[in-house]
Amino acid sequence: MVISHALGARIKRREDPRLITGRAIYVDDLNFAGMVHVAIVRSPHAHATIRSIDTTAARRAPGVVAVWTGEDVKARCGPLPVGPRIKEMKAPKRFPLVIDGVVRHVGDPVAAVVATTMDAARDASDLVEVDYEPLPSVQDPEAALEPGAPILHQDLGTNVCFRMTYGGGNVEEAFAGADVVVKTRIVQQRLIPAAMETRGVVAQYKGGELTVWTSTQIPHVVKTTLAETVRLPEHEIHVIAPEVGGGFGSKLDVYGEEGLVAALALALGRPVKWIESRRENFIATIHGRGQIDYVELAAHHDGTVAGLRVRAIADLGAYSQLLTPGVPTNTGLMCCGCYRIPNAHAEVIGVFTNRTPTDAYRGAGRPEATFLIERAMDLLAAELKMDPVEVRRKNFIPPAAFPYKTPTGAVYDSGNYERALDKALERADYRALRDEQAKLRKQGRYLGIGIATYVEITGLGAVAGLSGGNWESATVRVEPTGKVTVLTGTSPHGQGEETTFAQIVSDRLGVPVEDVVVLHGDTRAVPHGVGTFGSRTTPVGGSAVYVAAEKVKDKAVQIAAHLLEAAPADISTDGARFTVRGSPERSVEFKDVARMAYKAYKLPAGMEPGLDVTHFFVPKERVFPFGTHLCVVEVDPDTGEVTFRRYIAVDDCGNILNPLLVAGQIHGGIVQGLAQAIYEGVTYDDEGQLLTGTFAEYVVPQATDVPAFELDHTVTPSPHNPLGAKGVGEAGTIGATPAVVNAILDALAPFGVKDLQMPITPRRVWEALEGNSASR
Amino acid sequence: MKRPITLTVNGTTYQHEVEPRLLLVYYLREVLGLTGTHIGCDTTSCGACTVLMNGLAVKSCTVLAAQADGADILTVEGLAQDGKLHPIQEGFWEEHGLQCGFCTPGMMLTALQILERNPNPSEEEIRHGLDGNLCRCTGYQHIVNSVKNAARKLKEERIPVIPVRKAVNTRAPVAGAGKEAD
Repeated sequence: MVISHALGARIKRREDPRLITGRAIYVDDLNFAGMVHVAIVRSPHAHATIRSIDTTAARRAPGVVAVWTGEDVKARCGPLPVGPRIKEMKAPKRFPLVIDGVVRHVGDPVAAVVATTMDAARDASDLVEVDYEPLPSVQDPEAALEPGAPILHQDLGTNVCFRMTYGGGNVEEAFAGADVVVKTRIVQQRLIPAAMETRGVVAQYKGGELTVWTSTQIPHVVKTTLAETVRLPEHEIHVIAPEVGGGFGSKLDVYGEEGLVAALALALGRPVKWIESRRENFIATIHGRGQIDYVELAAHHDGTVAGLRVRAIADLGAYSQLLTPGVPTNTGLMCCGCYRIPNAHAEVIGVFTNRTPTDAYRGAGRPEATFLIERAMDLLAAELKMDPVEVRRKNFIPPAAFPYKTPTGAVYDSGNYERALDKALERADYRALRDEQAKLRKQGRYLGIGIATYVEITGLGAVAGLSGGNWESATVRVEPTGKVTVLTGTSPHGQGEETTFAQIVSDRLGVPVEDVVVLHGDTRAVPHGVGTFGSRTTPVGGSAVYVAAEKVKDKAVQIAAHLLEAAPADISTDGARFTVRGSPERSVEFKDVARMAYKAYKLPAGMEPGLDVTHFFVPKERVFPFGTHLCVVEVDPDTGEVTFRRYIAVDDCGNILNPLLVAGQIHGGIVQGLAQAIYEGVTYDDEGQLLTGTFAEYVVPQATDVPAFELDHTVTPSPHNPLGAKGVGEAGTIGATPAVVNAILDALAPFGVKDLQMPITPRRVWEALEGNSASR
Repeated sequence: MKRPITLTVNGTTYQHEVEPRLLLVYYLREVLGLTGTHIGCDTTSCGACTVLMNGLAVKSCTVLAAQADGADILTVEGLAQDGKLHPIQEGFWEEHGLQCGFCTPGMMLTALQILERNPNPSEEEIRHGLDGNLCRCTGYQHIVNSVKNAARKLKEERIPVIPVRKAVNTRAPVAGAGKEAD
């Protein structure tokens, strides 16, 4: 594919003018006459039986319009989706409020108070009296597997939601014949996605149509689900994702509140608004990660890996949400990383605990996979006293081996892992860094160099829990004046496809980027779509736009040829004008072709009027971005503080449509991955109370907490889509966590510290060094 | 219970009677309809609601509307004048200093305070000045670039960092506005 002036250019975003002037409309900015507000009463217990709920006082409070409990929901609402269907999976039904009299995590919604103002609703919600009988709870997923552990869902009779295995080759034989085996136990701590905009829903039932504005990544899936949840025909439901203030997977779900607010709007006949508070967001919106991984890597003396064994225990929390089981299963699929590992076995167990449910958070199972294999490779290098770079080189899947099928079943499309690694090493001047490290160690200063070579999987979507497969829709509509309207089924929340998709159309049709508008997120305006997640926007959604634009162009050429009385094959175009080859005087403007497409009195025989194409793009296969992240830190052994010296990221996301936006995605991704390494982590007490319940305790990095990044790329186009693009939304996060942790542990190698629990806080470093003080 | 306040927001003077517990951010958003100022938390941690009050960056979720009596407030809606973007807005646009845009109004107003105090801030000084404002999308690097971009432009074009309003209109209380609970 030719990257033109429009495609691959550093074009500033078309969505920004409304965002930098305060004119963008997020859900909380919507206000309607007669609108009422919802406050939700949530469980303060991790596990309890509800003896009774007394709503008398709340109902009498000033401004209160209605108070609903599970009984009201039972009468009006159907269930919510509980995840992609996995063989022998046991998942309980979920409803907008608890309807079976048992709360299973702090934050489980028990009742809803509706009042004329937000303050009145919140004041009255304090008056709802819920009498709980506390039950024993289980916080730790391994403890939840033990016999005699409290069972969350009595009707399932077990806390195990599913067990899946991945693998191939002969792992037992590989381990028996290996020279060395390294082992580690990794705790992937829970993370809070913490999009800056919390969730929110506004619903209005008017003129036989239910309109729901919701801060979501998947408006079409919400629409289809609502039809069942509020028992309304789907064609009477209109879902709009207005401006969405970040998601990172936390809005890739159909939440109870969406059904609840819609049902309230239907029942009350008034517009209803619910805005999640930040405290609610921390307990009621999904968490990410939450996995315990037992990893064993077997190898020969020369560093060749013989086998990999993984046992991943996933902390699902109290319920299975839209994609919950799809997250740890990604870890099983991707645990071999960039390496040719002939024998591998991964067992993935999903376990219910009395905590907020987990689901997809930026990376969704691939950060966990990358972390475990990248840590294991560093442990192997240390064991064999090899350079971590050499161990990786020795085991890379070579460029000639693609398409490459891993023993766990993933089929990697294309890659050149060594090229990305070399570029990062060259940029960092790796040899010089190692020399500096040795020199500084003699002075009692501890430099660490961490490397992570990752491969990940994007273009996800082929799961039964969603309303469709791994496809995306796009409409390219040339208006009669030659301006272009694009409709996409993706639903951005910061990614910038109003710009990148306009670039694609500009590239294909030759119209200026300014002449293209991209609409999204409105189920009445755009054809059914899947949504924005899994770094699928460009490879899947962008490809749909590309193909639709190609079809438009083909039709325009036919119309032009007819108008010019020439054969279509003889028409050349620069976008603005169609010309008969060799006769520059015989030409017609693009806008005149567009007008004729609709005036339609002079079209080729049998051609339908219009210049408007919808395409549902189905990728041949999933695609696999990769790269190398190299992090340099200095650790102060007296305080345990980690200081970033450099951070180099060489990412290969195939062809790049807009380098400015790609850099933005990588920067933001790296910070979320780096944050898992040293800042962020959910803490619960033994009773299931969230101790990191606000931004004061849960450390989302600030500007001074993170370094500047040095970015570079290699370009290995994917053969599976016409753009040759691979997606870049999650790569930064996936590469960063192991790069940072490997750097810190490399710095601490002289102290004999081999592993540290994330987040690696100064205290954890300091304690580890105290324990090893003899070696100082 | 209600008390009268008079304050100037983006050059327009308003008079309202407000509940003592009404926070400035809700006054701006719900009474004046200036929804460009966002609410991102309930613990004064995120900075999404940052506005300038008498030239100082404040988190408007931690200021009572009553405390703003007599104050001069600048919100994101007051940055552009006569259809021309302020250099800080151009900076964020040109350097891709925003993705989802939710933290952006607060970031830009905080950036104005940084530049008002120091027209030539180093990268470190910019980052220090931005602490207190969370962004979950950008990783901050492009925000730092945006502030540098604006600093350059403010200097070249000799524009005052904090926009100066040409005329001040006075608006009478809007009927029904400022009411909280029925």
